Order: sequence, then C-alpha cells, then structure tokens
Amino acid sequence: MSAVTAPSSAPSEQKVSRRQHLSDRARAERRLAFWLVAPAAVVMLAVTAYPIIDAVVLSLQRADLRFPNATKFVGLSNYGHVLTAPVWWQDVFHTVIITVVSVSIQLVVGMALALVMHRIIFGRGIVRAIALVPYGIVAVVAAESWQLAWSLQSGWIPKLLGLSGDPLSHTFGTYVAIIVTEVWKNTPFMALLLLAGLALVPDELQEAAKVDGATAWERFTKITLPLMKPAILVAVLFRTLDAFRIFDTIYIFNQGAQGTESISMLNYNTLLDRLNLGLGSAVSVLLFLLVALIAIFFIKVLGAGAAPGEETA
Amino acid sequence: MSRHQRELGGWSAAILVIAVCSLIPVLWIVFLSLKTPATATDGSFIPHAWTLSNYSDIFKQGIFTDALRNSIGIGLISTVLAVGIASSAAYAIARLDFPGKQLILLVALGVAMFPQISLVGPLYNLWRQIGLYDTWPGLIIPYMTFALPLSIYVLSAFFREIPWELEEAAQVDGATPFQAFRKVIVPLATPGIVTTFIIVFIICWNDFVFAISLTSTSAAQTVPAAISSFPGVSQFSVPYGDIAAAAVVVTVPVMLLVLIFQRRIVSGLTAGAVKG
Repeated sequence: MSAVTAPSSAPSEQKVSRRQHLSDRARAERRLAFWLVAPAAVVMLAVTAYPIIDAVVLSLQRADLRFPNATKFVGLSNYGHVLTAPVWWQDVFHTVIITVVSVSIQLVVGMALALVMHRIIFGRGIVRAIALVPYGIVAVVAAESWQLAWSLQSGWIPKLLGLSGDPLSHTFGTYVAIIVTEVWKNTPFMALLLLAGLALVPDELQEAAKVDGATAWERFTKITLPLMKPAILVAVLFRTLDAFRIFDTIYIFNQGAQGTESISMLNYNTLLDRLNLGLGSAVSVLLFLLVALIAIFFIKVLGAGAAPGEETA
Repeated sequence: MSRHQRELGGWSAAILVIAVCSLIPVLWIVFLSLKTPATATDGSFIPHAWTLSNYSDIFKQGIFTDALRNSIGIGLISTVLAVGIASSAAYAIARLDFPGKQLILLVALGVAMFPQISLVGPLYNLWRQIGLYDTWPGLIIPYMTFALPLSIYVLSAFFREIPWELEEAAQVDGATPFQAFRKVIVPLATPGIVTTFIIVFIICWNDFVFAISLTSTSAAQTVPAAISSFPGVSQFSVPYGDIAAAAVVVTVPVMLLVLIFQRRIVSGLTAGAVKG
C-alpha cells in the first residue's frame, strides 16, 4: 500500500492538484517524522528496556554487593527464594489492601468532588484552586505533614481523637494514617479525570430523564455512570497502578515497619539496604510483571481500551 | 426564593468542607514550621509561641541549601530536555503521517505505567560502574525519561488543536517560512509548551524514589531526599521545626505555579490522560 492511498493528513490534502508528487512528499514526511520521533523513542527504550533486561539477568544470578566475588549464575533460585518467603506474600497482601482501600475511597470522594466542581453555581475557580492544593504539594511533604500530625509526640490528631497511645505504634492506626495520606494527596487528580468524563455526559439526557420523573439518584446511576464508564476505568487504572507502586508515603512513615511494608518498599530494602542485587532484581521483575498484569486486566477484561493514543485519527 | 437560598447554603457548605479537607494538612505544616523548638511537640494545631528561626536555621545548613540548588538545577535541566525531545515527537504525532505512530504511543504508555522502583536496582548498579551514581546526570536521565510519556501526550493533544493552515496563509501573504513559523506558530504553540513545562517540572521536583536511591551526598541529593534524612541536634531528637520549614520552602514555588496556571494545568492533564 503506497502512501498515496493512505489516509492523508491536512497538509497533503491541500496539494490535490499535484497528486504525482504525493508519494515523494509522503516519503519525505515519513523521513522527517522518523527523525523527529527517534530521540524520544531511543531515550524511552534505552532507559527502561536496558535496565529491565539487566534486572532479569541479575535476578538469575547470586549477586550480592557485600560479596562481589561470589557472583554466579543460579537459574531461577532467586525467584524460588522470593516466592516461598512469607515476607513476599505478606507484602503483596499489604500492597493490595492499601491499593484497594485507598483507590476505592478516592473513587467515591473524587466522584463527589467532580460532581461539585461540575454542578456548582458559583465559586468554581476557587473550588478548583483549593482542590488542586493536595496535587501541588510535594509527595514527601504530604507524607511528612500527615506523619507529624498523627504522631503522638508532635501531632494534633491523637489529641483531637483523645487517643492515649501512639496510633503509629500499631498496625491498624498506621494503615489508617497511610491511607488517609494517599487519599488526601491523590483524590484531586482522580476528581480531575472524572470531571473531564462528566463533561462528556450530555445535559439533554439528564433533562429528558428529569422530565420523565427520574430521581437524582436514578439519573446518576442510570445515565451518568454508564456514560462515564470509559473515564472511570481510565482514572481507576491510572490510580491503581500508582497506588500499587506505593513507596514515598510508607518510607516517610516508618520504612515498612508495623507491618506496612509494600512490594516497592521490600524491593528498596532488599536492593539498597541489604545490597542483594540478585534477590532484589527478582523482586523488581515480579513487581514489573504484577503491574503489567493489572494493566492488561484493566485494558483487556474491563475494556479500558481507550488508551490515550487512540484518538490520533 | 427559600429554595434558592437553601441551594446557595448547600454549595457554600460543600466549598467549606472541600477547603477544610484540602487545607488543614498544609496549614498544619506551616504552623509547625513557625513553632519554637520548645513548643514543637506540644501537639497544638496553632502555635503558642511563634518564631521564624526554623527558616533561618535551614538556610544555614549545607544539607538544605545544597539540596535546593540540586533540585532546581536537576529539575530545570530534566524538564528542558524532556519538553524539547517530546515537542519534536509530539509535532510528528500530531501533524505527520507515518507508520509506527501507534507503536510510539504504545511505548510511551508502557513507560508511563512502568514501576519505577524496578529500575532502581539495575540503575544503581550501572551508575556505580560508569560513575553516574550521586551525580546530576544520574538523576536527570531517569527524570527526563519518565517525564517523556506525559509530555508527549499533553503536547500532541495541544498541537492537534493548532490551526496549522495559518502558517501557509502567512506564507501566501509573503512571509518567509521561518517568519511564518516564528510569528504564527510559535505564539500558538507557546501555551501548550508552557503548560507541559510546568507539569513536567512538578514531576521532577516531586520525585523521591530515584532521589533516595541514586544519590548519597549533597553533590546530587534533592530536597525530598534531604528532608527524609534531616539530622537532628542529637540522634534522638527529631528536628520537627526544620523538617516543616524545609517542607514549606519546597512547596511554595510549586503551589504558586499550580495556582497561577491552574486552568491550563487542568486542561493539560486531562487532555493527556483522558481524551479518546
């Protein structure tokens, strides 16, 4: 198929009278496009593909930086070690709990926030500015602020709740604090993505349903939600992938003590605290596979197929 | 009439709730940064004794001023590189016809979903071997890379909206191609590029995973990493005031950018993430 019959872009359409040059033009266009895209493609592939291949290679070796001379090929035994270690499964469980609970709350609160921003009759700019504050704050700062607020030593929350013990000294309290931090920080972004989806729901449908006597709740569940399904799936996908990689907040709170170690935290501890490149790389590869599985699940099974690139036509 | 008032009251209450929820943690860290060391652990929300000494303290400490310099330098260089590389790719994606367009967008999507911590081990190892560990380029390379996908999506969404016919119209009217580009296209493309620049800078400024893993000294440590390792007066005293003051200092510039450019950032983020 020559480029002449390919769907032409705007500039070539204007040259219909010079059809015989189209294929030359198309070829030149392709060459230009290649050179324009090449740097981005090379950088992205080099900086992600090379290290992940390196991680796969390292994960098949006994590679411990404390014993650099004892490096040797050990096959899949690192994976065996990781997958039979209770700590791996515990950390998967911690990560899943934090992801599911925090993304669910973000979805509900974010939807409420998006509805307010969509429907509000005054002060829209102010609401948007205020709602963006958690998004604008540095993640580490958000975690510090909440950690210092919950800590019995320095914080106002234990006092407010009348707690006598330190909420961060036991697992449940720490989970509550970490999830509150995640929800606070990430709900605005969720709300923005949902707001963009809300804007695509035609007002006429709502009005028609209202005339037919549908209650506000019925209109929300029967019209708004189904029409927003693509936007909701994309928003939940983005937030889930992000939540599943949780690291900053846990590092700041307690580096994974109190039974809050996430997979990313385990990855970091194995690699940089215990300097065990082989085991750490096995964890890296497994985390990478889990994230890929989640993405595939959302895109193939739930049909969040509207990958951002598909609007190119 | 009264229904209208009820509605106004309802919206005001909603705004109030949103404001309280969004602003309390920010106010808390500001207040904490203004407490004197003696009252830092009294647990009151509003300080009993006010001071600015925490701020003058941190600016006297090398660990903070060096980190601030690193954050600004590394953030700006990464952002310029990412936006430059992404602009040329986004121009091709928005305007030119070429095979592999879907592929490059797919690669970008893959990179966007990539668990960055998975790269920490291999990069740590590689950087130590080739001497990039604890250097500016050692952070700039991953920052630039992970900023590319979002930059490409946001910029190509913006570029698609530009009426490119104007460029040819200007040339018909006697402008040289360069004049047409500079006087017509550049002003139209600037808002999109500025928006992308801000979004990318915020991403680089915020990063913690790479900063904590690939740096170890004030040669390249950025502020988020420095905050997490602030030394106390003694091993057992947490420097609450200093942490809070440093947190406020790194937050202010980003917050100003976000609030000034809020409309553009919102449209940029949603165009990059949701459209289609």
